[in-house]
Amino acid sequence: MFENLAWLILFLPLLSVAAITLFTRSKPRASAQISIFAVIAAFVLSLIVFVFFRGSETNSLPQASVPWLWVGDFKADIGLRLDALSLGMMLIVTGVGSLIHIYSWGYMKDDPGFARYFASLSLFTFSMLGIVMADNFLMMFIFWELVGISSYLLIGFWYEKASAADACKKAFLTNRIGDFGFLLGILMVWAVLGSLNFQDLEIRLVPHMKDYAPVATAAGLLIFCGAMGKSAQFPLHVWLPDAMEGPTPVSALIHAATMVAAGVYMLCRVFFLLNVPGSHALEVIAWIGGFTALLAALIAVQQNDIKRILAYSTLSQLGYMVMSVGMSGPTAAMYHLTTHAFFKALLFLGAGSVIYAMHHEQNIWRMGALKKKAPATYWTFMVGTLALSGVWPLSGFYSKDSILAQALETNHIALFVLGVFVALLTTFYMFRLVFVVFFGGARSEAADHAHESPDVMTWPLRILAVMSIIGGVMGIEGLYTKQFAPNAEGHAAGFGQQLLAPFSHSPLAAYLGLFAVIMGLGAAYALYSRSLFDPLPEKLGWLSRAMRNRFYFDELYERVIIPFTQEALAKFANAIDRWIISGFMVRGASGTTDLVGRALRLLQTGSLQTYAFLLVAGVALVLYLVLLR
Amino acid sequence: MNSLPILSILTIVPLIGAVMLIGLDSQSKRLARGLGLAFSLAGLALAAWLWKAFDGNSPDLQFVERHAWIPSIGAEYFVGVDGLGLLMVLLTALVTPIAMLASWRIEDKPQIYFSMMLLLQAGLFGTFTALNFFHWFIFWELSLVPAFFLIKLWGGPNRSAAATQFFVYTMVGSVAMLLSFLAIYWAVGTFDFIQLAEKGHNGDLASILNVKLGWYNLSRNQLPLIIFAGIFLGFAVKVPLIPFHTWLPMTYAEAPTGTTMMLTGVMSKMGVYGFIRILMPLFPEQMRMILTPLLWLAVATIVFSACAAFAQKDLKRVFAYSSINHLGYCMLGIFAFVKFTGSEPPWSTEKAAVLNGVMLQMFNHGLTAPILFCFIGFLEQRSGGLRGLDQFGGLRKVAPVFCGLMGVSIFASLGLPGLNGFIGEFLIFKGAFPLVTWATALSVIGLLVTAIFLLTVIQRVFNGPLNGKWASLADLSWRERLIVLPATALMFLVGIYPQLLIGKINTTVMQMVDQLKF
Repeated sequence: MFENLAWLILFLPLLSVAAITLFTRSKPRASAQISIFAVIAAFVLSLIVFVFFRGSETNSLPQASVPWLWVGDFKADIGLRLDALSLGMMLIVTGVGSLIHIYSWGYMKDDPGFARYFASLSLFTFSMLGIVMADNFLMMFIFWELVGISSYLLIGFWYEKASAADACKKAFLTNRIGDFGFLLGILMVWAVLGSLNFQDLEIRLVPHMKDYAPVATAAGLLIFCGAMGKSAQFPLHVWLPDAMEGPTPVSALIHAATMVAAGVYMLCRVFFLLNVPGSHALEVIAWIGGFTALLAALIAVQQNDIKRILAYSTLSQLGYMVMSVGMSGPTAAMYHLTTHAFFKALLFLGAGSVIYAMHHEQNIWRMGALKKKAPATYWTFMVGTLALSGVWPLSGFYSKDSILAQALETNHIALFVLGVFVALLTTFYMFRLVFVVFFGGARSEAADHAHESPDVMTWPLRILAVMSIIGGVMGIEGLYTKQFAPNAEGHAAGFGQQLLAPFSHSPLAAYLGLFAVIMGLGAAYALYSRSLFDPLPEKLGWLSRAMRNRFYFDELYERVIIPFTQEALAKFANAIDRWIISGFMVRGASGTTDLVGRALRLLQTGSLQTYAFLLVAGVALVLYLVLLR
Repeated sequence: MNSLPILSILTIVPLIGAVMLIGLDSQSKRLARGLGLAFSLAGLALAAWLWKAFDGNSPDLQFVERHAWIPSIGAEYFVGVDGLGLLMVLLTALVTPIAMLASWRIEDKPQIYFSMMLLLQAGLFGTFTALNFFHWFIFWELSLVPAFFLIKLWGGPNRSAAATQFFVYTMVGSVAMLLSFLAIYWAVGTFDFIQLAEKGHNGDLASILNVKLGWYNLSRNQLPLIIFAGIFLGFAVKVPLIPFHTWLPMTYAEAPTGTTMMLTGVMSKMGVYGFIRILMPLFPEQMRMILTPLLWLAVATIVFSACAAFAQKDLKRVFAYSSINHLGYCMLGIFAFVKFTGSEPPWSTEKAAVLNGVMLQMFNHGLTAPILFCFIGFLEQRSGGLRGLDQFGGLRKVAPVFCGLMGVSIFASLGLPGLNGFIGEFLIFKGAFPLVTWATALSVIGLLVTAIFLLTVIQRVFNGPLNGKWASLADLSWRERLIVLPATALMFLVGIYPQLLIGKINTTVMQMVDQLKF
C-alpha cells in the first residue's frame, strides 16, 4: 500500500502539469490551485509514508519497481526507493515546495504567465521527486535531465528579457557539461559492476572490488561531475548567480533549497561507490567543495544585489556540504542540506518580499530602514541570517558544527581552518546585508515608501522561520545516521568505522565556530551599522575589485574561453568542409560533375515527358547491362 | 498470411497512385493533392496493419514472397521483413503523408510533385523489403530519380546545382556498389542477401572471392577489401559519413520542405539500413580489419558535423548538419557492434543494446528531423523565405504554440529523456562505451555541441526581445497543428514507452548478435 502511495506522490505533480497544459492554460487561478493542491497533497502523503517508516524500524521500505526497458539480457526498471535519505528529501522538496507554491500565489499575482509558471513549478516538483525517489542510476539520470529542463524553463521564465534568455541557456549548458561526465561515470560503473540499481550495486561492490578498485577514482570523479554541475561547484559554478534572472520564489525553491542540493544528495546516495579504499575521488571532492565555499564567500562579501549575495552564499554553503561528503561525512552533509533548505528558502523568500516591497529594486544600497516598514519580513529575515551564520541554538549552528567536527575527526586540519574562516565570512556578509537593508536611513525614494507584503507571502516566511529555529533539535541528524550507520555495519570494514564515528560534540569545533560568528558580526557592525556607502573598496583596493567582479571567472569564460572555442569550432568546421570540397574529393569528382552537368544541360529540354523517357531508358540500360552479364 | 502478398501490395499501391497522378491534367490541383494524400494514407494503413500482424517474438523473416524471375542469373523476386525492415517501412509510411501535407501549398504542377512523392515512397518501400540484390538495386535507384526531380524542379534558387550534386554523388556511390555486387555475383553466383549473409558469417565469402577472382596479384585480404570498399562507398555517401557528406547541406537547404523531410527522414536511413542489412553480414572481417579508421570516421562525423551546425547561420543548414550528426551515432553504434569480442555473454548484452539503439535512433531521427524541417517550412512561409538564425527573435510572444511545439522537437533532437531521441542515443552509448571506450567518450563532445547550437536556436529565434518586424506573425493554424501534433505525440510515446518499438525489433537484433558471434 505504501508503494502505491509513493507512486501517487511522484505522479501528482505530473498530473498537475498535464492538467494545466492541456486544459487550464488560459485560466490562471485554476492552474495555480491545481498546482498548489498537487504539491500539498504530495507533502501530506510523504508525511504519512514517513510516519509509517519511522514506526517500522526498518532501513528501507520495500521497493516498488516497474520494468521500463528490456533489451536482450539487460533490463532497466523505474523503481522507487524509500529510506531515510529519500524520505527526508521528499519532505524537504514537497514541504518547502508547498510553502513556496503558496508564496508564489502572492508574488506572481499579476504576471501574464501565471499558468505557465505553475505548470513549470509542478514539472520541477515531479522531476525533483524523481531524482530523490529513484532506485537506480538510469532513472536518476532521466529525472536529473528533467530537472535541468524545468530549471531552464523557469530561469528563462521572462524570456523576452535578453539577460534571462542568456542565463537559462548558460545554466542548461553548464549543467550539461557536468551531466556528460555523470553519464560516462554511470556507464563506467555499469560496465564494471553490471548493474544500475543502487542496492544491487552495493551488494555487487564487495565481490567485484578487484575490478572496481582500479577505476574507482575515475568513476567517482566522473560521477562527481554531475554534482559539480547541479550543485554549482567550481569550476562549473558560474551558472547559479545568473540563474537569479528567474522569479525570486524559483530562486528560493530551485536555486537554493532543492535542485542545487540534488548534487549533494546524489553523492550521498552513491557514497559507497566513492568511499572505496584506494580511490582518491573523495579527497578531490573535499577540496573542490572547500575551495568553492571559500571562493563564493569572498565574492559574496562585495556583491550589492540582494539576490546575488544570497546566490553566492548558496554556492558557499553547497561547498560546505560537498566538502563534508568528501571528508566521508554524508550524514553531516545531509544534515546541513536540510537545515540549509529551511533558512536559505526563508532568506530568498524574505529577499523576494523586500524586492516586492521595493518595487523590483534589488540593489541593497538603495534600500535601508526596512525594519519598520516591513516588520514581519525583517524578523523572519533576521532569524534566517542568524541560522545561516550559525548562532546557537538555531539550526545552522548544529549542522555547521557537525561538518566542522567531521573535519577534525578525519584530520582535515586545513579544511577545518578553511571552514571556520568561511563561517566568519558568512556572518560578515549576511550582517552587512541586514544592516544595510533593514537598518540605517532610507537611501532612496522607494525605500521610503516601502510596504509590507501580503499575508500569503509573510505566512510562509513565519513557518520557515520556525523551522530554521528548531531544525537543530528535531532529530534530523538521527534520521540520517540511521541511513548511513547501519549500512556501514553490513559491508566493507573501513567504510563502517569512518561512518560510525560518533558525532558527539567536538568542543574545539563548536568553540571556534561561535568565535568566528562573533568576529564576523563585530566586523560587520563596525563597518556597516551606520554607513551610507560601502567602506570596503577603499580599504581593500584591488582585492575588493576582484571580489566584486567575481574573481573574473565569468569574464574568463565569456570573453576568452567561449569565444575562442566558438571561433575555433566555426573555423575548424569551415576549413574541413572547404578542404574536402576543394581538396581531394571534388577535384577528382569535379571533372565528373562538370561532365554530367554539361550532359544534363544538353538533355534539359524542359519537358517532363523527356525526363520520364530518359528515366525508363536509363533503367532499361542498367537492366540490359546486368542481364547481358 | 502467405496468401496475401502484402509487401508487394504495399509497394504497388503508391506506384499506382503515382501513375494516376501523372495522368491528371494540370488544372485539377485539389484532386491531385487529395489523391496523393489518400494513397500515402493507404500506405500508412497497410504499414500499420503489417506492424500489428508482425510477430515480434519470431526471428524469422515474415510476409515472405518468393518467385523465380530470371533464373538464369539468379534474379529472384524475394521480399520479406524482419524487425529492421518493418521499422523502416513504418517510418516511410509515417513520414510520407506528413511530408505531403507540408507540401500542400505547392502550386506549380502539384500533380507531378505528388506523383514523384509517391514514386519515392514506392522506391523506399521496395528498398526496405527487397532481399535480392537485383530488384533491391532497382528500387534503390528508383528512389533516387524522383528525389532528383523534386529538388530540381521545386527547389530553392540554387536547385539545379544542388540536384546535380546530389545526383552525381549518389550515382557515383551506386555505380561503385553495382560494380562490387557484379563482382560478388561472378564469384558466388547469387544475388540473394540471405545466402550471401550466410557465406559472410562463416567467412566463405572472402575465400570464394579470392578463388574465383584472383586478379591483378591482389593479396587474400586486398581483394575482398576492395569489393567491400565499393559497397561501403555507396552507403557512406547516402548516410553520409564524413568526408562523403558535402552534397548534403546544399541539397537539404535547396530542396522544397516536403522533399527535405523525405530526404532526412527516410532516404538518409537507406544508407544505415544498407550497413546493417548488407555490409555488416557480408563483410564483418573487412570491417574489423579497418575498424579503427572507421571509428575515427564515425567520431569525426559526430563531432565535426555538430561543430559545423554550430557555425551555420541558415536554419535549414543548421538542421542539415545536425542530421549528419545524429546519423553519426548510428555509425558509431554499428562499428562498435561489429567489433570482435568472442562469445562471452556480457558482450552480447552490450551488442544487443547498441544495435537496438541504432535502430531506435534511425526511427527517432526519422521522426524528429522531418518535423523540424516542417517547422522551418512554416516559418519560411510566414517570413517570405527568410530563415536566418539572426533574422528573428522573441517569437514566443506572438507564436507561442509554434515555439512550444517546435521546442518539443528541438529537445527531442537534443536527447532529452522523456522524448524519443534520448532512448536511442542512450542505448548506443550504453553499449558502445564498454566496446569502444575512447570513441564513445570522444563522441560525447558531439552531444554537448548539439546542445549548444540547439539552445542557441531557441535563444535567438524564440527568446529575447520581439523583433518588431514579426510583430504580426501568425501562430500555427489548425491545419498546421494537425500536421505536427500526431508526430509530437509519437515523440512522447516512444520516449515514455520505448518498449513499443523494442518489442518488434529486439528478436531481430538478438539474431544478428548471434550471427556475428564468432
